[in-house]
Amino acid sequence: MHEDSSSGSPGATPRLSAVIARCEALYHDVDLRTVHDWRAARGGRKVVGYMPIYVPRELIDAAGMLPVGIMGGRGQVEIIRGDAWFQSYICQIPRSTIELALTGRLDVLDGMLFPSICDVIRNLSGMWKVKFPGKYVRYFDVPQNYEPEVGGRFYREELRHLYADLRRLSGTTEDADETLRRSIARYNENRRVIGELLELRAKEPWRVPTYESYLVLFAGNVLPVEEHTALVREYIAAALESDRPRRDNARVVLTGAFCEQPPIELIRTLELAGCYVVSDDTALGRRWPTEDVSTEGDPLLALATGFLRHSPPTAARYEPHGDRGEPLVTLVKKQRAEGVVLAAPSFCDPALLEQPILQDTLDAARVPWTAFKYAENLGQFQVIREQAGTFADSIKLWSEP
Amino acid sequence: MSAERETTGGREGEREVKDASMLLQKEMIAGHFTALSRAKEEGKKVVYTFVPGNLTELLHAFDVLPLYPEINALQSGMRKKSGGYILEAERLGHSEDVCAYVKSDIGMLRAGNVGPTGEKLPPPDLLLLSYTGCFTFMKWFELLKREYDCPVAMLHVPYQGDGEFTDEMRKYVVDQLRSEVIPKLEQVTGKKLDEAKLEEALAKSSVAEDDLVWVLESAKNKPSPIDAYFGGVYYIGPIFTAFRGTDAAVEYYKTLRSEVQVRLDQRLGPITPDGPLTNERYRLVVEGPPSWPSFQEFWKMFSGEGAVVVASSYTKVGGFYDHGFRHDPKRPLESLADYCAGCYTNLNLPSRIEILARYVREYQADGLLINSVKSCNSFSAGQLMILREVEERTGVPGGFIETDLVDPRYFSAANVKNRLESYLQMIEQKRKSPGAPRGPSGAAGGGSSGPRRLEVLP
Ligand code: SF4
Ligand code: SF4
Repeated sequence: MHEDSSSGSPGATPRLSAVIARCEALYHDVDLRTVHDWRAARGGRKVVGYMPIYVPRELIDAAGMLPVGIMGGRGQVEIIRGDAWFQSYICQIPRSTIELALTGRLDVLDGMLFPSICDVIRNLSGMWKVKFPGKYVRYFDVPQNYEPEVGGRFYREELRHLYADLRRLSGTTEDADETLRRSIARYNENRRVIGELLELRAKEPWRVPTYESYLVLFAGNVLPVEEHTALVREYIAAALESDRPRRDNARVVLTGAFCEQPPIELIRTLELAGCYVVSDDTALGRRWPTEDVSTEGDPLLALATGFLRHSPPTAARYEPHGDRGEPLVTLVKKQRAEGVVLAAPSFCDPALLEQPILQDTLDAARVPWTAFKYAENLGQFQVIREQAGTFADSIKLWSEP
Repeated sequence: MSAERETTGGREGEREVKDASMLLQKEMIAGHFTALSRAKEEGKKVVYTFVPGNLTELLHAFDVLPLYPEINALQSGMRKKSGGYILEAERLGHSEDVCAYVKSDIGMLRAGNVGPTGEKLPPPDLLLLSYTGCFTFMKWFELLKREYDCPVAMLHVPYQGDGEFTDEMRKYVVDQLRSEVIPKLEQVTGKKLDEAKLEEALAKSSVAEDDLVWVLESAKNKPSPIDAYFGGVYYIGPIFTAFRGTDAAVEYYKTLRSEVQVRLDQRLGPITPDGPLTNERYRLVVEGPPSWPSFQEFWKMFSGEGAVVVASSYTKVGGFYDHGFRHDPKRPLESLADYCAGCYTNLNLPSRIEILARYVREYQADGLLINSVKSCNSFSAGQLMILREVEERTGVPGGFIETDLVDPRYFSAANVKNRLESYLQMIEQKRKSPGAPRGPSGAAGGGSSGPRRLEVLP
């Protein structure tokens, strides 16, 4: 078995501990105090929430509002009313999200975007329209056709509508294209520093535990983009300074956690069980698209093109060439991972339906994998810890010369 | 013409009564499966595709045979084979949590892909992923793509999130028909699209659609001559998948319409597994799919109580005609796009609530009953809110049952019967309570006194 690390951030300098403490506070802030403060400090500027996986936050930002990622209840919200809204065989995230709303914790939001990801979030958009008629609510569709003249044209129109709506909501009169180009630039920078952070994690995972990188990325749900960029930079600098021992852990890719988020303790459990998570799809929307969006010319077209060309592969997107297993195997190779943890929220059709495909492809490529289901409010980690520990041990055993 | 034709069949000693249309539809469907089983030897191409918003007319224009995996799954359910298929799929690594239609299909495939008539089904020459109203479709065909070495045509139909199908959305769908679907069909068949043939098929669809709508709306009469849920999915609606756009469908709906006219003239109720229903006591609107493995049993629970379903949402999953939509040969691709986008599960929840509330009012229903199926997030997510909203807007009580489409593990007959009976009792009580509207079947609207709702949730 692997030696346990103590809780908190082992080997952290005071600088690093301070960054993590700030991120932990933001993670636990289910009442969105930070967002209230942001709003109060700016004379009541507006705020628009969005759910996983992806919305172009640039549009909200450019319209002069704060984009806020609503990533479920993180196991910190007691579900009292939510269960009366969803049958037992539906995943957790819609019920905790509606619980957040019914308990007034989302009152600070002036609008809410429901991205195209699955039928549950799709239908939740309609529930919002009925239950919260005073708010701006939009189901945000993305194309599954990646031809610029077909899907690209449609998507640009979707973006145009959304942007016009958001500008109406905020009442901004600033130049639409110019502000959007500036926002794109800010988000490009944000994605770049996130990319650096994740590269560092893949290269030296003992320096950047996923427990921490996750929290750092999560902070981007509630912070204005430039503040978040500064936070990521601060974290990278602090992580590089800190001295942490390198362990004989197994390098794994964690996949399937793109929507309902695993509890943070689950991520820590994987690490304590001997896994270095060198890549994962949590908080995937923060790294979408995977390359810079052009800041030249028509900014809506630039966003559309970015989506068509540089979206990460994920369950909610159609894979026109090959199948869903191939990008995973490519990722495993790129990150020099030794195994894959297929994690999926219970009752999550998109994640669970493709698991057999992923498993077959991994088997064919001789990549070891293990699979489990979780819920955002999971409280017991013993079973997962044992499973992950055995998995990590077996990887180490078989990889020894 | 005689409205009924009696045959002896079913279980020993039991007499089944069937309308001519019921027998006709059975023949047509059997004929289609036989044609499918001979497709390869007869050089016909086979396209697998999905029911909601399907492109049957376009497929006919290319002279290819459509095969709907959902129909295979429901047929497996009715023949009580889905349970075994689902277990087989789960043994292969498919999760217990996901849509059982997919698992039933995968299990059937592994068991040799034998269709409902006992004949082997052909592999597809093309997977037409008409991605309308359900995200699972995409995953389903990703799974099938690994099984078959054939091209996939993806048709993404945008969801009507804001309750409308805009010009841009229509253009997007038409563009995909032109740049993706038609070229792939041309490639697979080696033929150019025969536009005249497409237009002809669309014109035929529209004729049959008029009759279909007339038949469905006949349920506004008291007593209703049809059951718009059980009967709706058994013989009124299914014919509409593979046959739309053909002479056979036009003829079928003409026959059906005249049959229903006779029932109306004679003030007859629908034919049920218990024979003709003569005592319409409850008029219900039903939301959600039925449970196929227990279809007869489920239906009998209703007919035994004199409960008739006068309108249902499930019969609008293939396509939605209530707002006047008809296929239009003058705007072929545009009207196909409108059809794709308009199917019930592609409508947002406010629209679904509106439709169900309207059904309650226009069909003078005593209540809305939801059969919530575990498999289908597209239907089920949000149904508890739908129930409350429709109750509030119409004043009629709502009931809620939980089963599954094809997974027999989720159909507890005793439980379902119990809930249904309590629900009907509640309707009864509401009728008796002061202020409740009078009339033999009760009427929609009016007082909200009396018991308001069946509490069925944990
Ligand atoms: S967890 Fe899965 S099923 Fe649930 S809302 Fe998210 S993508 Fe949909
Ligand atoms: S989720 Fe619903 S609509 Fe989709 S395939 Fe399953 S049963 Fe059909």
